[in-house]
Amino acid sequence: MQIIEKTILTETATDRITKFKIQSPHIARKALPGQFVVLMITEKSERVPLTVVETNPQAGTVTVIVQEIGFSTKLLGKLNVGDSLFAFVGPLGHPTEIKNYGKVILVGGGVGIAEIYLVAKALKEKGNHVVSVLGARTHALLILENEMRNASNELYIATDDGSYGRKGFTTDVVNELLSKSRYDIVYAVGPIPMMKRVADVTKPHQVKTMVSLNSLMVDATGMCGGCRVTVGNEVKFTCVDGPEFEADLVDWEELIKRNKVYVQKEKHLCKIAPNQ
Amino acid sequence: MQDSTKPVAKTPQKIREKSISERVATFDEVVLGYQETEALEEALRCLQCKNPVCTSGCPVGIDIKKFIYQITQKDYSGAYFTIKEKNNFPSICGRVCPAEYQCRKTCVFTKKGSPFASERTINIHFLERFVGDFGMKNDLEIASKFDEKFGDKKVAVVGSGPAGLCCAGELARVGIKVTVFESLHDTGGVLRYGIPPFRLPRNILDFEIGCLKELGVEIIPNFIIGRTQMLDELFQEGYSAIFLGMGAGVPSFLSVPGENLGNVYSANEFLTRVNLMNAYKYPEYHTPVNIGKKMIVIGGGNTAMDAARVALRLQKMNGIPPATTIFYRRTEIEMPARRLEIEHAKEEGIKFEFLVQPVGFSGDENGQVQKLRCLKCELGTPDSSGRRKPVAIQGSEFDSDCDLAIIALGLQANTILTSVTPEIQVDKYKDVIVDKETMQTSMRGVYAGGDIVGGEGTVIEAMGMAKKAARSIIQYLGEKA
Repeated sequence: MQIIEKTILTETATDRITKFKIQSPHIARKALPGQFVVLMITEKSERVPLTVVETNPQAGTVTVIVQEIGFSTKLLGKLNVGDSLFAFVGPLGHPTEIKNYGKVILVGGGVGIAEIYLVAKALKEKGNHVVSVLGARTHALLILENEMRNASNELYIATDDGSYGRKGFTTDVVNELLSKSRYDIVYAVGPIPMMKRVADVTKPHQVKTMVSLNSLMVDATGMCGGCRVTVGNEVKFTCVDGPEFEADLVDWEELIKRNKVYVQKEKHLCKIAPNQ
Repeated sequence: MQDSTKPVAKTPQKIREKSISERVATFDEVVLGYQETEALEEALRCLQCKNPVCTSGCPVGIDIKKFIYQITQKDYSGAYFTIKEKNNFPSICGRVCPAEYQCRKTCVFTKKGSPFASERTINIHFLERFVGDFGMKNDLEIASKFDEKFGDKKVAVVGSGPAGLCCAGELARVGIKVTVFESLHDTGGVLRYGIPPFRLPRNILDFEIGCLKELGVEIIPNFIIGRTQMLDELFQEGYSAIFLGMGAGVPSFLSVPGENLGNVYSANEFLTRVNLMNAYKYPEYHTPVNIGKKMIVIGGGNTAMDAARVALRLQKMNGIPPATTIFYRRTEIEMPARRLEIEHAKEEGIKFEFLVQPVGFSGDENGQVQKLRCLKCELGTPDSSGRRKPVAIQGSEFDSDCDLAIIALGLQANTILTSVTPEIQVDKYKDVIVDKETMQTSMRGVYAGGDIVGGEGTVIEAMGMAKKAARSIIQYLGEKA
């Protein structure tokens, strides 16, 4: 659980995305693309779910990438090489189904790019034609561009402000791709509004679309149902039944509202303990 | 035997408790326990029956008559060792056992045909607790009977709840090297995440688990068997046998509309946030839990009582006028919760709505729960469990305001391990199938006990099964040696 490498991938006045390589031989041996870990920074911390970005079974390391967005992720960002996490557990959730689909579109939004990286690599190795579409608010927040370029056959970039790549959303690119050619599957990871938009865009093209949901979690082992979502009119637990689901079947409105239940408390915590 | 010059009290010794106003403002223990004189008085009420039937009501078969006699002789160490022969965790069981359904129910003072123990029965659980706490205060050591032939044997235990801990203790005592694998970051299973500190103080839980470490038991947290490692890998690493005690940790929901609205919690989530993650000490601890102005808890078991009493305390501690109501489909007499906890809940100001069946939740524009709609019920004919079945009355709908709801309907098997281990046979409830005599599963060298076998049971029932499995494992390893 010791941090053996820390890299700040990008830092602006308001945002920071940081990569940690963590010693964890068992998880390194077992984790597959699409799975996640749960970590606790100190014994007083929350349990935070993070996607496994890379593993090195020989070195016994697991890589996670975190956008320092709230109290706990900012606290994590303050840790340095040599520090140990209080808890690091996994791998959790079902792995992504890696097989030869044919032509695949991968969509990564923001820190979601980190979460499609391992999937892209695995799908390309399986002989898929991988088209990656990366999105960021602005150029400075774009991560893993070179890594993703190597893991893809084609790469497209969109920034909200047009500071790099094309101006606009990833969904604009996806829509164009689907209008021009037939794809076998679309796989999207990013903020909920982005994944919902991808679902809206791919639906008319009748292409199977998978998303990796980021519901609020506590234990992440199926014990509490805090992460429950409605998928195709059935209640599913994201942590054990997912995190991947068919985008078309997800009740997005419900997920968006459920993910907001602690917004006030989170703001309060950030305000009273900003420098912890 | 008993000192005939002293009159024996006819009525049970009342247990001391924290005052109601004091206790609802904290998570400190409510029941304070017997002092020595009270324990002596209560022990003297025991008739020392020629054929003691109380022991048959205890799932681990504690020699109740003997340890109570030892109390009357002020031989508290002796009493401690008598209990410890059968039960590793007297301070826990003395606090959380539903004694009125177990040892006390078989006490001769119980009236025939009564659904639970009569008032007059001996307070066996409070005496056990007194003795357990005496042992803890005086650091009484338990003699192990190390057997050299087990010196090189390793056994893996999956889950650190009551079953796993009990099995680990039994095995370690004969000299087997035991490793307990726990998926959460802290030990104890339901004792830690489910039962609140005001029923089971954490220093007591830590002490009794700590005793196992002194016996040489190794506990590895943050390790999920079935994810982090598989059973066959444990065998490859040199474990000779495995005990499964994963429990029943998957919450049941009502399957009614609106159940996924914000601030509708499972009792497991609500209690895990508060008990395991210490959300009641937020923001010192970082896990949040929401607190409503009108909270409704649905269910009638111990989990419902715990959730409601936690909810009421959170209201008190946050300056919200207490308003927590338990909704239950049957009447008070059918509630499966411990009688003491029902009494405590009432004293603390929790309201009860009986004979009501939730049919749906409705929310506000932000997707947060606002109202619970129910039907009124009447009791029909008895079902297979012998309890009269609640029947909804058509057209009796009514709405209750509620801005936070907690669903405490019971739990199902945890399938993280069994879903990836086809060698382990499960029944239609996903409970692990075992040989009732040996507790062995369909996979050789793998045994199971507790809620993963029997569905949702009590702490001491889980321990009873774990002890049986431990005996089989010891025999199995003996044959292999």
